[in-house]
Amino acid sequence: MDFTLKIWRQENAKTKGKFVTYQINNISADCSFLEMLDQLNEQLVDKFEKPVCFDHDCREGICGMCSLYINGRPHGNDSGVTTCQLHMRHFKSGDTIVVEPFRAKAFPIIKDLVIDRSAFDKIIQEGGYVSVNTGGVPDGNAIPIPKADADLAMDAAACIGCGACVAACKNASAMLFVSAKVSQFALLPQGRVEAKRRVDLMVSKMDDLGFGNCTNTGACEAECPKEIKLSNIARLFREYYVSKIS
Amino acid sequence: MNLNPKIPDGPLAEKWTNYKAHQNLVNPSNKRKLDIIVVGTGLAGASAAASLGELGFNVKSFCYQDSPRRAHSIAAQGGINAAKNYQNDGDSVYRLFYDTIKGGDYRARESNVYRLAEVSNNIIDQCVAQGVPFARDYGGLLDNRSFGGAQVSRTFYARGQTGQQLLLGAYSALSRQIKAGTVTMYTRDEMLDLVVIDGKARGIITRDLVTGKINRHFAHAVVIATGGYGNVFFLSTNAMGSNASAAWQVYKRGACIANPCFTQIHPTCIPVHGDYQSKLTLMSESLRNDGRIWVPKKKEDAEAVRQGKLKPTQIAEDDRDYYLERRYPAFGNLVPRDVASRAAKERCDAGFGVGATGLAVYLDFATSINRLGQKVIEERYGNLFQMYEKIVDENPYETPMMIYPAVHYTMGGVWVDYELQTTIPGLFAIGECNFSDHGANRLGASALMQGLADGYFVLPYTIQNYLSADIRTSRISTDTPEFVDAEQKIKERISKLMEIKGKQSVDSFHKRLGHIMWDNVGMGRTKEGLTKAIEAIKVVREEFWKDVRIPGTDTEFNPELEKALRVADFLELGELMAKDALEREESCGGHFREEYQTEEGEASRNDERFMYVSAWEYKGQDHAPVLNKEPLVYENIKVAQRNYK
Repeated sequence: MDFTLKIWRQENAKTKGKFVTYQINNISADCSFLEMLDQLNEQLVDKFEKPVCFDHDCREGICGMCSLYINGRPHGNDSGVTTCQLHMRHFKSGDTIVVEPFRAKAFPIIKDLVIDRSAFDKIIQEGGYVSVNTGGVPDGNAIPIPKADADLAMDAAACIGCGACVAACKNASAMLFVSAKVSQFALLPQGRVEAKRRVDLMVSKMDDLGFGNCTNTGACEAECPKEIKLSNIARLFREYYVSKIS
Repeated sequence: MNLNPKIPDGPLAEKWTNYKAHQNLVNPSNKRKLDIIVVGTGLAGASAAASLGELGFNVKSFCYQDSPRRAHSIAAQGGINAAKNYQNDGDSVYRLFYDTIKGGDYRARESNVYRLAEVSNNIIDQCVAQGVPFARDYGGLLDNRSFGGAQVSRTFYARGQTGQQLLLGAYSALSRQIKAGTVTMYTRDEMLDLVVIDGKARGIITRDLVTGKINRHFAHAVVIATGGYGNVFFLSTNAMGSNASAAWQVYKRGACIANPCFTQIHPTCIPVHGDYQSKLTLMSESLRNDGRIWVPKKKEDAEAVRQGKLKPTQIAEDDRDYYLERRYPAFGNLVPRDVASRAAKERCDAGFGVGATGLAVYLDFATSINRLGQKVIEERYGNLFQMYEKIVDENPYETPMMIYPAVHYTMGGVWVDYELQTTIPGLFAIGECNFSDHGANRLGASALMQGLADGYFVLPYTIQNYLSADIRTSRISTDTPEFVDAEQKIKERISKLMEIKGKQSVDSFHKRLGHIMWDNVGMGRTKEGLTKAIEAIKVVREEFWKDVRIPGTDTEFNPELEKALRVADFLELGELMAKDALEREESCGGHFREEYQTEEGEASRNDERFMYVSAWEYKGQDHAPVLNKEPLVYENIKVAQRNYK
């Protein structure tokens, strides 16, 4: 397969970026999007040009490090996958593919397609945990948890922190990310103890860091590679209001 | 070199309790004055940094990724073992210990493994308390599944994302300490050398991957938790950034590398499909609970399948060879990984392999789907089936999966004693990067157990025994000659790489190394192949230092430079692995020397000559490394040939 690529190139956070067009040919349909970029980079190294920088690590859809806004969609046009699991068979030979970084005020660009998502870590640091130290905890089976609750908590906990929800949102809101963590703990007895404090701290940190608000468009849910449900945001709101009135 | 494993006295079951009762501790006001560096934020690193922070030490944590949550522990799928015996199926600490020693083909240290089994139960309690959403039954209690090499169900899991959930648990605990100010987090920051002052580990040199700036960091003790070296094979199930450089740097500073030839080839991975491929994807071992492995019984069927003329579903039951069930009736599809991998290779080499390349076997769920219904299978493995379908474009509910062995885990690593301390005082190694608990083969669901055991429950104790003697040492300036020299050496190494301006890319060298390793230091090894590999690696290494091409500069975000530094180390480590494999004239666990096998094709150990840990000591660039031996003494287990029949 042959492609024309329009890729965002930006030297560093301080310089202005621009699209640069590249041609790449003889790509296998079984190749992943990042493996296609690897081959482009081999070509660039051959010409002694700087390769296109992009974040990636596990390449099996779980670490959350890869990103990319491909033809206007975070992680591209397949559903339920990250960019590393997007395969070229989802494109047509001859296509022009536009590749940009995730864009949000809270995710500044480091270089080319590489962005700084440490804002997510800062939100977790505010309260995305159960405050227990190592040791001195009860037996694992001392707290029975209804299977349905455990399953729902697991659905929420599947978030990989990639930031696609923020990139998809017209308000660059981190609400789906925050709600996934808040939901996981809100659904489990271990997390209930500090539920009020947690939601309060995490939501205010999210606001401080420059993420936008939620206007219920649902783009985040549509683009989430782990298919985290919008109902988590409803739960976040409920938890938030309860924390304010009680 | 004095390799003292420092195994505590007393009966096996009391060693750890006795150790803890008599070890030295550091009082709370002194903890605040002591700095500890932890490199790596996987299960071992994150749990250690969090636990040490909770205790009140001053911790500096480093990772090369953009966030500590990305470490490759996150990709572990199947589960974590513990001797809870919640299933009432006869499990116990002793049985988990025994299975681990046997699974490791009697090449692990008894005392360490027993301690691992002992603390396994604490790990489950800890993770539940953190809110890790483990799978549960309708009664609300924790569920278990079985894994290879065990006859009990002791594996706890969170769908096919157990590693992710456990890592996020440890990451949460770490985040809490970052907020509390006990841990300072450095992301996109890679360790490039260890600083040793007066014989003790006193700090590290790192490179800020965004700016390229080289930094010096002091600590009273250094812990490396930097994972395994599977990427020496280029294609493996490891993350792209996983590397052996920290382990290799400490080796050059005086730590030993133990059993480097012990690598695990995992039996159930998605087969290789093209030369552009960047990594291999694992399909969890848990699939072997409900999937049956087979190849066609007739060569002509295998041939027809390879050419696409026949579908696997068209092959009659009687024409299928469920070779694991045939060869190992007692364990069937749940034999340990090394045994399953070799059996797959044997069938493919004999001409019965399937897939376009003939290098694949079937993993078939039809029997289980008929027995349990698709819904149950979907609940158990839904995300794995989806992942398979996304990559291969085939629906595993309808047609059997195709799988083939791939490099997955490295049992070898930095040599540590019972306290997880290396031969450099003050330098500790935890998790996959040490060699300690898995012998020559790791059982499934034991890597997560070991990472968290080391980080939550072992190191936070043993490191205090060391630090208690260091409470009067005030913080050492990073302007001392040792720090300055180490930084200077790193800068020279980087300049040397940048100045080569050759013709070939870093990846092209890495791929060449990977081919040499897979062909000669992979699933089947021979004296001839290993000797050839050692020479071939030298050739690639020399060419690398003359002809590698790294565009850009060293004072910017430059992934090609990052890769070059890692590949330079792989090119040295690969040779040591081959050397170790050559020296070990026996077959054990994942190390299969074709010259040493039984008539039935099983690994043939030589306990008389090789019941030891080989610990390699660096003697300088121009000298051969020296082999030190730590004899393995089994006082509690009767050593036998592994039998899974």
